[in-house]
Amino acid sequence: MIKGKKVIAIGERDGVPGPVIAECLEGAGMEVVFQATECFV
Amino acid sequence: MNFENQGVIKRLADGPENLAVVLGNGEANGVEVFAETVTQGDPSFAGPLAGVALKIPVYHVLEPEVVDVVPENLRQEKLELSSMVIDVEPMKQVLQVAREKL
Repeated sequence: MIKGKKVIAIGERDGVPGPVIAECLEGAGMEVVFQATECFV
Repeated sequence: MNFENQGVIKRLADGPENLAVVLGNGEANGVEVFAETVTQGDPSFAGPLAGVALKIPVYHVLEPEVVDVVPENLRQEKLELSSMVIDVEPMKQVLQVAREKL
């Protein structure tokens, strides 16, 4: 279960970016302790 | 995963926090590499997590375990488009295996 955990959000430029993951999870009441957006090639 | 982010994750994992990693990759091969990095260690053996098995549970933002906790309005506004172009099925298999190994 992910509820109750502190979240590290690692997004991707060609997928879902970090800030979007963070916004969604913070909207769910979760704490995001770090977020970044990578470019996986 | 870039070395700077590996370093931050390593530092955060040193604390008492109950952590989870949520990925947003667009392709399953990226998910596999990132999931291995935060559970078993950096597969390239070059970054700060080389040989460091943090065993942090890892999810993709479009997996049901994550999507189901996101409020409906945010889900529609922020994730609906991505869910139409990202094939999450092969990612689910990779991530379930990674979590079961923890």
